[in-house]
Amino acid sequence: MNKYNPPRMNPSSLRSRFATRFLRTLSKINAQKPTSSSSPTEIFRRYRRIKAAADKSMAYSVRSRRTWSRAMLWKLRTRPCGRRSVKTSTIIKSREARKTRHEKQNKNTTTTTTTTTGEDGVVFGVEADELRELVPGGEAMDLYNLLDETAHYIKCLTTQVQVMKKIADFYSP
Amino acid sequence: MSSRRSRSRQSSGSRITDDQIIDLVSKLQQLIPELRGRRSDKVSASKVLQETCNYIRNLHRKVDGLSDRLSQLLASTETDSDQAAIIRSLLME
Repeated sequence: MNKYNPPRMNPSSLRSRFATRFLRTLSKINAQKPTSSSSPTEIFRRYRRIKAAADKSMAYSVRSRRTWSRAMLWKLRTRPCGRRSVKTSTIIKSREARKTRHEKQNKNTTTTTTTTTGEDGVVFGVEADELRELVPGGEAMDLYNLLDETAHYIKCLTTQVQVMKKIADFYSP
Repeated sequence: MSSRRSRSRQSSGSRITDDQIIDLVSKLQQLIPELRGRRSDKVSASKVLQETCNYIRNLHRKVDGLSDRLSQLLASTETDSDQAAIIRSLLME
């Protein structure tokens, strides 16, 4: 089980696994650059590959122990060229359906997936919907799992940002 | 259909209680810089979720920006020999 902020860097920690994987992929991407490596198209293409590499490296470093990382890997595998997968268009359709319900301003409707009442009577159906769109695999999660996965997802995202920033700073002139 | 997402969910004997949800919400609150110092009873669960969404979007933007930056930087560098140095400096934090 990974601790988020280990006092000493542990070679098998999430951070170091991510860093190693990501750096390895980065050098592969870099090795494949064509002669016109500074053209805007090339840069854009490389940006897409780097972003996918970062997300993929993180998802692999989590070793599919989490729903969100499995969903992320599935997503990355099924849309290699940025094509819309079935899953994405399903999300968009359900997002539009939710907007209509939201406009009715009736947060207390017991809709099929998302309204839940907490102890203090607060209903956070709409916010949970939004969160579901942001966390990979969120659409299928119940509230409890959504909150749990979100916490882990945030920890991993912050690690990802930290490592990427270090690398970028290193390569900056 | 109306009780599909009721307060206590029953699945093979385990019940998800309100307390467990509250616990997770306050755990989330601690992860978000905006809300970290505040007392959990002062911040509504709805606010926590809202700020969580904003924070995640923020992080996504940062990843995008960093990927962009890296793609420009890589245009003019070799990476192999520097890797070990980077990893070491990263690991020593």
